[in-house]
Amino acid sequence: MTTHDLVILGSGPAGMAAAATAVAYGITALVVDEQPAPGGQIYRSIESTPLKERRILGDDYWHGKALVDGLDDPRIDYRPGTTLWQLTRRLEVGLLQGGHASMVQARHVILAHGAMERPFPIPGWTLPGVMTAGSGQILLKSAGLAPSAPVVLAGCGPLLLLLAVQYLRAGIPIAALLDTTPAGQYWDALPLLPGALRNSRTLLKGLGLLAELRRAGVRHVRHVTALEAEGEDRLERVRWQCGNDPEWHCLTTPLLLLHQGVVPNTQVTRALDCAHDWDERQLAWQPRRDPWLATDVEGVAVAGDAGGIVGAKASAMQGQLAGLGAAIALGRVSEDKIHGEVKRLRRDLARETAIRPFLDVLYRPAVHWRLPEDETLVCRCEEVTAGEVRRMAEQGCRGPNQTKSFTRCGMGPCQGRMCGLTVSELLADANGQSVAETGYYRLRPPFKPITLGQLATAAEDTSG
Amino acid sequence: MKTYDFAVVGGGLVGSAIAYGLAKAGHRVAVLDEGDVAYRASRGNFGLVWVQGKGLEMPSYSQWSMSSASLWPSLSEELWDLTDVATQHQAPGGVHLCYSQREMDLRQADLTSLAKATGGQFDFAMLDHQQLREMIPEIGESVAGASWSRWDGHANPLYLLRGLHAGFLRCGGTFLPGSKVHRVHQRGDSFVIEREGERVQAERVVLAAGLGNRLLAPQVGLHAPLVPNRGEILVTERMRPLLNLPTTYLRQTGEGSILMGDSHEDVGFDEGTETPVLSHIAQRAVRALPALANTRIVRTWGALRVMTPDGYPLYQASLSHPGAFVACCHSGVTLAAAHAKRLAPWIAGDSLPSEIAPFTAERFDVQTVIPA
Amino acid sequence: MFKRLSLPDAPAQKTVIVYFDGRQVTAQDGDTIAAALLSAGVEACRTTPVSGSPRGPYCMMGVCFECLVEVDDIPNVQGCQVLVKDGMQIRSQHGARRLG
Ligand SMILES: Cc1cc2nc3c(=O)[nH]c(=O)nc-3n(C[C@H](O)[C@H](O)[C@H](O)COP(=O)(O)OP(=O)(O)OC[C@H]3O[C@@H](n4cnc5c(N)ncnc54)[C@H](O)[C@@H]3O)c2cc1C
Ligand code: FES
Repeated sequence: MTTHDLVILGSGPAGMAAAATAVAYGITALVVDEQPAPGGQIYRSIESTPLKERRILGDDYWHGKALVDGLDDPRIDYRPGTTLWQLTRRLEVGLLQGGHASMVQARHVILAHGAMERPFPIPGWTLPGVMTAGSGQILLKSAGLAPSAPVVLAGCGPLLLLLAVQYLRAGIPIAALLDTTPAGQYWDALPLLPGALRNSRTLLKGLGLLAELRRAGVRHVRHVTALEAEGEDRLERVRWQCGNDPEWHCLTTPLLLLHQGVVPNTQVTRALDCAHDWDERQLAWQPRRDPWLATDVEGVAVAGDAGGIVGAKASAMQGQLAGLGAAIALGRVSEDKIHGEVKRLRRDLARETAIRPFLDVLYRPAVHWRLPEDETLVCRCEEVTAGEVRRMAEQGCRGPNQTKSFTRCGMGPCQGRMCGLTVSELLADANGQSVAETGYYRLRPPFKPITLGQLATAAEDTSG
Repeated sequence: MKTYDFAVVGGGLVGSAIAYGLAKAGHRVAVLDEGDVAYRASRGNFGLVWVQGKGLEMPSYSQWSMSSASLWPSLSEELWDLTDVATQHQAPGGVHLCYSQREMDLRQADLTSLAKATGGQFDFAMLDHQQLREMIPEIGESVAGASWSRWDGHANPLYLLRGLHAGFLRCGGTFLPGSKVHRVHQRGDSFVIEREGERVQAERVVLAAGLGNRLLAPQVGLHAPLVPNRGEILVTERMRPLLNLPTTYLRQTGEGSILMGDSHEDVGFDEGTETPVLSHIAQRAVRALPALANTRIVRTWGALRVMTPDGYPLYQASLSHPGAFVACCHSGVTLAAAHAKRLAPWIAGDSLPSEIAPFTAERFDVQTVIPA
Repeated sequence: MFKRLSLPDAPAQKTVIVYFDGRQVTAQDGDTIAAALLSAGVEACRTTPVSGSPRGPYCMMGVCFECLVEVDDIPNVQGCQVLVKDGMQIRSQHGARRLG
């Protein structure tokens, strides 16, 4: 099997920064990413986007250019369109590229595969025409596609506001922004504001977005407490309630974009059986890491949002840190020698992430957005409702694994990505135990479906 | 402390089938099970209700399996009536594929002697490639033929477990999940079963804790020298029906996905999966059904079989601690019906089913039996 | 549902012709299959194997597996992860897949 010193999963800010840092110490890095071009979620299509007018996507987007250029280094073997379908605790790496599966051996691995949007299970969320804010942004950046009729945006979190503003700048009408941020949360977040001021740049940018929306006169509906997507075979209407008001409001729209924050994608770290902790502030699982971002699996580090939501800039800093960690682990530099650099990096990282507690509290999705009503589908693939999950708890299922085997919840093609968080939280609630006690799905490769034919030849092709 | 008639330790397929049988007969039964993550063969198995080829060295195992296969339809129906859970049990017969004439000859010799040893109760037929193709049109060119037996079938093991659980609860059983039992001892006429923060008292105790029996059995004068044996399984995306009867290592489920597996690895308590093993299973599946080459694998897993040294079940009543029983076996799906309908009555006081008389621990190693 | 923005300073993109259920769809080089279908007004690309309900792309980032389509006779391809190619035959899927 071909051996690579360093394999990096993901070419977003964390992965690109990790690669650039590591190669500076003479390490050659293999960087794999499923996407056809570098940039990750934030800098997606930065080299090819049709939206050349910088104002629309904003400076934070174009900031990624330098990182992307850094990939163009002879010591970096960057492979787009390549999926990681297997990673063992012995650091055997299974790759799938152009329909061809192969195995390589890594000495060190940095997982920088990022986050995904938190599931937003509301009635009707499986109707065509209901998508995520992230998907709206991906279509905008990569293909210059925007809603063809006034769009409804619903949920909470910085990404939702950013997309609204990007649409405005591109001249796209917004029918309504339905804000699900609970009323009291502004007050809850207030005490955390002084800490957040350490990263005043980001804070000001957030306020700027809100002001821009206000100036544009966008219909910003606050304190939405109930939300439903309706339609026969596709989305036709969005209905909502505000505060304690029993009245339902309704808008006709072909497109609803949902968002309530992002969470680490733990598919790979789970399949590796890394230890994970439940983060009550971010309401998400995180792989447990040491100060070098190393997991409890020898030779595997996690950088960026894959390890806990920190944002793009901090992700790149974590990438650097993990890159330095790789250089130490591979014996290219001693810890003493880079002491000063690491100290500075950690300080910058602390400053950059100082705003997180504030954001996490401000945009924490309220419990009824995470624990839907009985009739609402939780597992989109196998079409399992919240009520069925609750019934399993009544029958003695303490956690998601027994529930999965009794209901098929989480067994579909998305491998539990879209229902995992909801199911853990539902069971915790129904059983009166913590989410940490309840646990998460046990996962196994393949991380992405692979054909039998590809698998049949995978063990033979070890040339990559 | 509330006293149950029976405490069953282990809520896997074996424990649940026995507990269901006991509860259905009107006994007050508690099942003690671990939490969400545990070594659970019941959750990782293949779902065959299988007879052919079993018991080559011990014909009574074949008879016990046939007894269970015969009782399966009534178990399945009963669970459906009681709980609305469908086990998806089907007994269309099953095939064991052979890849050469030599394999065919060996298979035929084995099954002929099994038929003889069971006094003709077990019957089978050998199919050549053409006959097999009539049953499975997609069969690969390199498959020489197969042995076929009407005794074989399959079910959804997860729904079986769910049905047994639900049926048990319907019959008034008490399910106590949450943590490992670490101590079982006799006090007066009854048993005390201890686990973290809790004690349960019962007049009789059945140890059906799978691999956990190793540590529990000696506490009540029993012996369960079990070893884990890993099997890895692959499952594909849902497909339209294409395989209408199960084979030894390939079957299509009621949902349409194809399950493939049956590796036997001696790896201790490691439930992981290994690429070469998965790859090998994939190769074999593609050889059997070449059209599967471009279907996608959506999940794989490894699970630990509960193996005795000779692979046959272990059922025993304790002499030193009357009222304590141990039950474990590898084929918990196949034997579920026998466990619910024949083993449970024995545990409750009926006479011992004749087929299972040989399945005590004395057959392994007389020296290591804990003295009474 | 989606339209392409007319952007004065956008570099001219090559057009790519693909087929969806036999219908001709004009896409742009660099589009994913899902993006091309959305821009052509396709809402649902499949029905589920469980209840037969219609589904279309949801996440566009490879997570949800809602965008599955049959591409050049291979079923269950993630439309949001594969780029269009000239002449590609894309089909909607109904229920469980057949042998490819
Ligand atoms: C790969 C594979 C394929 C298989 N295929 C088939 C097949 O096709 N057909 C077939 O008939 N069988 C098959 N089997 C076997 C079948 O799954 C098992 O026979 C059956 O699950 C065994 O049941 P069990 O209850 O003894 O063990 P398990 O299912 O392992 O259950 C043991 C239970 O006991 C609990 N437990 C353990 N220790 C304690 C303790 N101290 N306190 C409390 N609870 C405890 C565990 O948590 C668990 O719930 C297969 C098995 C494997 C691994
Ligand atoms: S749209 Fe979610 S995976 Fe393609």
